Amino acid sequence: MAAITEPQLGPNLREAAGRRRTKNRIATVLMVISFVLVLIPLVFVLITVIAKGIKIMSWQFLTSPIPPQVLPANVGGIGPAVLGTIEIVALATALAVPLGILGAIYLNEYGGKGFLARLIGFFSDVMTGVPSIVMGLFIFSIWVLHFGFSGLAGALALGCLMLPVVIRSTDEMLKLVPNPLREGSYALGATKARVTMTVVLPTAIGGIVSGALLAVARAAGETAPLLFTILTVTTANPNVFSGPNTSIPSQIFANATSPYPGAQDRAWGAALTLIVIAFVLMIAARIITARFTRFSR
Amino acid sequence: MEQPEQDVTVNPPLPKTATEPQMLPEQPAVQQPAPAPGEHVFDVDNVSCYYSAFRAVTDVSLAIHENEITAFIGPSGCGKTTVLRTLNRMNDLVPGARMEGDIRYRGASLYGKDVSPIAVRRRIGMVFQKPNPFPKSIYDNVAYGPRINGERSKRKLDEIVERSLRQAALWDEVKDRLNKSGLGLSGGQAQRLCIARTLAVEPDVVLMDEPCSALDPIATSAIEDLMRDIKSRYTIVIVTHNMQQATRVSDRTAFYSVLRNEESDTRTGVLVEYGPTEQIFHDPSDPRTQAYVTGQMG
Amino acid sequence: MSTVTQQAGPAIPAGSAHPLAQRRPLGDRTFQIVALACGLLVLVILVLIAFSTTQQALPWFQAEGWKVFTNNWDPATNKFGALAFIYGTAITAAIALIMAVPVSVGIALLLTEVVPYRVARPIVYVIDLLAVVPSVVWGLWGILVFAPWIGKIYSSVGSAVHGIPVLGALFGPPTSGASFMTAGIILAFMITPIVTSLSREVIATVPTIDKEGAYALGATRLEMIQGAVWPHSKGGITGAVLLGLGRAMGETIAVALVIGSSATITSHLFAPGDSMPAVIANQFGEASGVFRAALIGLGVLLFVFTIIINIIARTIVGGAQEQGSA
Repeated sequence: MAAITEPQLGPNLREAAGRRRTKNRIATVLMVISFVLVLIPLVFVLITVIAKGIKIMSWQFLTSPIPPQVLPANVGGIGPAVLGTIEIVALATALAVPLGILGAIYLNEYGGKGFLARLIGFFSDVMTGVPSIVMGLFIFSIWVLHFGFSGLAGALALGCLMLPVVIRSTDEMLKLVPNPLREGSYALGATKARVTMTVVLPTAIGGIVSGALLAVARAAGETAPLLFTILTVTTANPNVFSGPNTSIPSQIFANATSPYPGAQDRAWGAALTLIVIAFVLMIAARIITARFTRFSR
Repeated sequence: MEQPEQDVTVNPPLPKTATEPQMLPEQPAVQQPAPAPGEHVFDVDNVSCYYSAFRAVTDVSLAIHENEITAFIGPSGCGKTTVLRTLNRMNDLVPGARMEGDIRYRGASLYGKDVSPIAVRRRIGMVFQKPNPFPKSIYDNVAYGPRINGERSKRKLDEIVERSLRQAALWDEVKDRLNKSGLGLSGGQAQRLCIARTLAVEPDVVLMDEPCSALDPIATSAIEDLMRDIKSRYTIVIVTHNMQQATRVSDRTAFYSVLRNEESDTRTGVLVEYGPTEQIFHDPSDPRTQAYVTGQMG
Repeated sequence: MSTVTQQAGPAIPAGSAHPLAQRRPLGDRTFQIVALACGLLVLVILVLIAFSTTQQALPWFQAEGWKVFTNNWDPATNKFGALAFIYGTAITAAIALIMAVPVSVGIALLLTEVVPYRVARPIVYVIDLLAVVPSVVWGLWGILVFAPWIGKIYSSVGSAVHGIPVLGALFGPPTSGASFMTAGIILAFMITPIVTSLSREVIATVPTIDKEGAYALGATRLEMIQGAVWPHSKGGITGAVLLGLGRAMGETIAVALVIGSSATITSHLFAPGDSMPAVIANQFGEASGVFRAALIGLGVLLFVFTIIINIIARTIVGGAQEQGSA
């Protein structure tokens, strides 16, 4: 929202009286300080992660097996964790994104202002506030106790986290598709499903993908839901459907409390990896939004 | 979609060296109303339209004739667009919209129990006031209708696209950029693209809701030429607030007006007069028509 | 295209492949049902969460009854009174809110009222960057870099206020880098983005007319904010604050790493403590039986608290946005 230009002159064509002006200036300064206060820790975190992580970063680091914590930094790496993150997050995305898109389609194309649609939309927003650890406990109670630890369980937990986010962002994008496009499609004799799949969805797809990427970025960084679902191990497990697994954030958590400098260094390297993944996804989302969201002349 | 009468209809084979598609013999500038052929395309029978409790249009009865251009004219709020949209059941999409009375399409009720609005709209196409090309390529815009009807053959689709764009007098301008986005066209071109898109499914009727109101005079004129060119193959009903346009293109004109209900302070549309365009504009029976067409009433 | 060979007949013009009468296509109906099912999934999951976790936590509720709210946590002797963790969650969330809310609202006002669009965009990028830093990275940095550094500051402050009535109780010794305060500070960093972005949305619904009216009377920007923006937005900003609270309460990993993991209730903010999600994360691995039920039970409490807070918050924010656009 663009700022309205502040008038300089008071009723007597002089500046606002001294005290009022001073208060105004102080307020502005405070607002700027707020931003600086937030900038400082961000910069510090990023600088630390980059500085410490880059020392250990290498292709070997990303692909080598996880060594015992006591070993120094130049031994081993986080290979199994990278594999785990990729397969678990990919599975979670494959589950949450299509279901989320369909749910948003219901909200926007079918449900409209009806009670059920408003209820679902409201609780979708509420669900984004459910702590991620609760999702982990949920999948533990309902799945792990019956089927054991696995990457799939972790993916289910992450999927539950992603679902409401995808629904909300997709719903926003579908709302933006101009109605005349739908009418044009109906007028050619399309069914509602056809209109949705062949005109509405392709039109909104840029924003939908962008929203999904942001959901993926969030899921990739989550640790808590995985604690009770994948049972962090240190061996690589290419089978995401059975057997315990690990992930990059899980390894960071395991190493963060380790007294060994080697383990800590590996944690920094993993943190750097995580940050880079998140940033790349965020930038990709930005680019897609900028280039693929034009709907009408 | 196979058309058995393909060889019978006046359908020019795609000329290889033509610069312009030679469609039809020239039409005279002032439309002579054709004598009504055997069957009416539409019989509108005491139709009233409601949006929830609000009665938008009351007691409309008229018949649309084959291969004619029928114009609906009248001031704002008189329900002409509402009536137009009942002809292809687009009002079904508006929550709370309701219709009393009946509309028969070639003898059978459009609103019968078993009638599918999808099938209705495949036969009765519509062009909207503001051009609404899909954010797809020009080719995909025109091929959209045939594709959802099941046409898969690339060769057939190419044919259909070219034929439709020629009928819409757009082919020459876009033939080299068929895979560019439809959004990149000017207003007049975009509207012709929408017309081509509508013609691609070979409908029986083309409804047009103020198709030129968002266009400049040159684009408007191109579209009016187009309407005259395709008249022999389609039945056209056009809503327009431009009286000169009605006199230029239409064979018959229906004049709607607004009835104000003093007690409930509501307005309802009514059909005042309907007849050959020549008569409506030069010798109307109803004084309200007279007032409107001579510009005394807005 | 069906003009020349028109037969008098039923509604179907010659040459068309589709009969006018047709059932609703099967695919259309199926699609609608599938879409509805996916929408309902949200409600189903929420209900399942409630049921499954409560069921798992029953042994704890049954064993302790109302004593779950006492400060008596000792797994070794099968005591599971969880007050310390509830306290820890509340305190750290309070610290986070006290720090984050003024800053977030300040930034939101900065973005909407002060800076021109071109400057606003990089600021928004910074906020988005802040939001995308994962919790575990905050925790890693927190425990390895931030806590040691700030622990020294705590010591100095602690010895300085030692003995002074209120301040001593809050900030006096014993001090530790990993403590309530550290967790609260890191939480503040983490909830700032959400409170900022929601506050921005709320402030954006303030009608421009009201703002211009204030300026037209010669108001300074501060006065305009006080007079035109604040009355309209305070409801919505309250909602945003509540959402930040919910987020702060549920934040697990960063807190688990920097809070010190000591199940004590104390007024000393610089002392180590523990919170509900943190203790679940740290101790779940070794837990079984009633112990595990207790941890899951803490999760149930957390779920209930955050759901209630979120429902209230979303209702307020939704209402504020509707009012603004009305």
